[in-house]
Amino acid sequence: MSIEIPTINLTNIGPLITLSVAGLLLLLVDAFSIKGTKKGYFHQISLVAVVIAVLQTIWLWGRNEMDFSRMIYVDNYSFFFYLIFLLGTGVSILLSVRYLENYNKNYGEYYALMLFAAVGMMLMAAGGNLVTIFLGVEILSIPIYIMAGMFREDLKSNESALKYLLLGAFSSAFLLFGIAMLYGATGTFFLEDIAKVIKSGGMNALTYMGLGLLIVGLGFKVSLAPFHMWTPDVYEGAPTSVTAFMSVGTKAAAFAVFLRIFMDVFPTVRMDWDMLLWVLAVATMTVGNVTALAQTNIKRMLAYSSIAHAGYILIGMIAGNQLGAIGILYYLVAYTLMNLGAFGVVILVSRKKDSYLNIYDYSGLGFQYPGLALVMSVFMFGLVGMPPTAGFIGKFYIFSAAIEANYIWLVLIGVVNSLISVYYYLRITVIMYMKPAEADLGPVDMNATMTTTLIASAVAVLIIGIFPSSVFNLALSSVKIFGS
Amino acid sequence: MNFPILSILILLPMVGVALIMMLNRENQWVIKGTAMAVALVEFVLSLYLWFGFNSETAAMQFTEQYSWFPSYGISYLVGLDGISLLLVLLTTFITPICILACWEDVQDKVKEFMICLLFLETGMIGVFVALDLFLFYVFWEVMLIPMYLLIGVWGNPARKIYAAVKFFIFTMVGSLLMLVAILVLYFYNHKVTGVYTFDLLKLYGLQIPFEMQFWMFLAFGLAFAIKVPMFPVHTWLPDAHTEAPTVGSVILAAVLLKMGTYGFLRFNMPLFPEAGWYFVPLFAILAIIGIIYGALVSLVQVDLKRLVAFSSVSHLGFVMLGLFSYNMAGVQGGIIQMINHGLSTGALFLIVGMVYERRHTRMIADFGGLSKVMPIFATIFMIVTLSSIGLPGLNGFVGEFLILLGAFKANMAYGIVAASGVIFAAAYMLWMFQRVMFGVVDNEKNQNLKDLSTREIVVLLPVLLFIVWIGVYPNTFLDKTKASSANFVAMMEKAKTTKVATADVIMKGAQR
Repeated sequence: MSIEIPTINLTNIGPLITLSVAGLLLLLVDAFSIKGTKKGYFHQISLVAVVIAVLQTIWLWGRNEMDFSRMIYVDNYSFFFYLIFLLGTGVSILLSVRYLENYNKNYGEYYALMLFAAVGMMLMAAGGNLVTIFLGVEILSIPIYIMAGMFREDLKSNESALKYLLLGAFSSAFLLFGIAMLYGATGTFFLEDIAKVIKSGGMNALTYMGLGLLIVGLGFKVSLAPFHMWTPDVYEGAPTSVTAFMSVGTKAAAFAVFLRIFMDVFPTVRMDWDMLLWVLAVATMTVGNVTALAQTNIKRMLAYSSIAHAGYILIGMIAGNQLGAIGILYYLVAYTLMNLGAFGVVILVSRKKDSYLNIYDYSGLGFQYPGLALVMSVFMFGLVGMPPTAGFIGKFYIFSAAIEANYIWLVLIGVVNSLISVYYYLRITVIMYMKPAEADLGPVDMNATMTTTLIASAVAVLIIGIFPSSVFNLALSSVKIFGS
Repeated sequence: MNFPILSILILLPMVGVALIMMLNRENQWVIKGTAMAVALVEFVLSLYLWFGFNSETAAMQFTEQYSWFPSYGISYLVGLDGISLLLVLLTTFITPICILACWEDVQDKVKEFMICLLFLETGMIGVFVALDLFLFYVFWEVMLIPMYLLIGVWGNPARKIYAAVKFFIFTMVGSLLMLVAILVLYFYNHKVTGVYTFDLLKLYGLQIPFEMQFWMFLAFGLAFAIKVPMFPVHTWLPDAHTEAPTVGSVILAAVLLKMGTYGFLRFNMPLFPEAGWYFVPLFAILAIIGIIYGALVSLVQVDLKRLVAFSSVSHLGFVMLGLFSYNMAGVQGGIIQMINHGLSTGALFLIVGMVYERRHTRMIADFGGLSKVMPIFATIFMIVTLSSIGLPGLNGFVGEFLILLGAFKANMAYGIVAASGVIFAAAYMLWMFQRVMFGVVDNEKNQNLKDLSTREIVVLLPVLLFIVWIGVYPNTFLDKTKASSANFVAMMEKAKTTKVATADVIMKGAQR
């Protein structure tokens, strides 16, 4: 028996390497920086790493192969998700800088953890093997457990971290169990091979159970109802910048896996199980939207709204056609921009610990800080799905994909849900513009980094909403791998 | 036509918005002046449409098409025919009047107010000229936001938020269902013709099975009926009108409500003609209920603005009845009545606003004998009231007469019942006028009210001009609509006789 040394091409995972190296560098810089002086360069280093990773991804664009003994897909689908993650990470870093400084938490490891988490996400999107995917999930989750608990003195932050850890461990266990069963049934971890086995031999009890557990595990990560219970508490307690990061990153990464598995490996099951996914989607949208109506804490409201958005995205998956896949990719881009933007505004407005997080604290903001209120309105109307924002185009794609696949009732339920969501998103604009200021908001710390980031996000939301062609075409070339 | 007049009309207000955004908010005069200048230039430019319009043809004119999102079959396609011409002109005509009307009225957040008004103008013109369903939907939704802000920010403090949110949510209910119907239509078209397109003119020719038409007519119809508003879904209107600032009410009444009736004429009936015939009884009866109900409720109102708001329900009922009669008289009457209602009800809201500015009350009981203290005001008010009632020689008469003529032709019973609405209209309007204007001045506060200022007279005069013009010589306007109406009627007549298949795959898919 000879040992075969696989040929690997490191440039194929260039972005992952860049981020990992930058993360290690950050830890070193933090450890060796002189005590007492102002610690710094953390966010600069991480931003440079993100930009390099973006350039590497663009350079890689168009490759279509597998590497590392078929453990890693090197295809446009992964690259599209790389770009989403890098966008999310980059914006989150920009939003974190002043926030951490204000709380005296400007640690190097924060940024390092964020980069490591991004590596985990990329590994999930690119994973060609269930083990790689599982590793990705863990590399993503563990940094986030720590980041959620960054504010050690804060009870809520502790609660958030512990809750996320416990439920995350549960979901990992489900995921792992599912993987084990699929391995037992098919004798392989490779997605490609599993697909072949399923295609030739069909499904049996074990594969069904394995897939079911996989759905549960991923359902936790994207917070589908009824696996969403952790979301509001974790989102509320975690530092707002971390909430922003995980609300977009984790969700996108888990959907990357979800979509690849369902479109590539179990296309027939997706049709058989459409009823199950249908119920999950409807439950997720409804629970998210209806509960969001009752929230007065803005972070909790955004948490429930993020649950609802997972439901909309699931509609695209149920549609199961190419348009649905494109819709999901587009929606995730739009959602990343809008949600990060909304959390950015929350970071700006809430200056002291636990203060100015109530939605009524935003009263009078519209005329006190017209610019800030305007970008917040763009994000809110975007999340509602009003034209001409990207949120509208995202919903438009997803709904049209479902109609093309004849799921008219599902779309009608989605539409009713959008309608419910109008009320609570609109309420923010009502409070900002139509209520007199109740309490003195005091000076909002408008610094250049934050304002530039927010304005850029809002402009991006509008631009890709008005000219959706370019993102559409990128997404189209990314989902070509799924056939039609 | 190479001159992209329609795009300029759509974009010019947005240029104005950008200009105003850069101005210092302290310079209220400069802001108002800029808004006014933009609106006037817009109006002058829109006259180009009037003179360049060829009234011989029913085809779309001034069309422009730019590729927007080719892989999806979405393009920026705008055009104008006899149906939309008058509505676009009404929009560009009303906007400067509104800006002048709120010159002294709005003191608070003037900058944002003007931005909203101009933004709204873009949306309204866009709705009337868009010929791509996607583009239309975008404008239809976009225009919601400024109107929502106008009501919610500058409205009556007590209940403005309730009214604004109600307005927004009611409209969204309809428009989201319409979006679903648009998508179903889009994919059905692809299935039949193999082409992905949102181009309205291409979709017109599509033969759609009846069952599909049935549901899609209802989905589109709900969106438009809410906007009109037709009888059971009208409840947002009195609140929105009453709580909105004067100018908001004027635009709402003059233009926004017309989007509903326009939508029926442009989208619902031509796209789903067989269902259009099928639903005549339902919509005609709802329209008649609206006429009578609106009038009866107006009779008992104690608030001037609410009274005018309910009178809108009644007037728009007439318009709907005219459109659903599917004959020349009815359709032309309906179109002209849209304009009439825009002018008379717009003017009524302006008048109520003027009296509210002086007395800060709108209760009818607080007034009485105003004609003695405000003679000019009384004269103008009288003319507008009579126009709203439909006195021959003024515009209301022309519209209502044609509509009733059309209704009688289509169905005698509809005509008879609807005609009684005219009598009610006379009752509530004249009774209101009597209580406000005649009698003795029994309230001390009314003793020293100032008569209309020059600015206020300038605001109302152009409206009066058209009230008389349409009343005396309506042909100026009817001629422009003739070809398009005839085309529409011919299309409906053709559909009356065609039979369409009833079962289809898509509907079975929906059962899933």
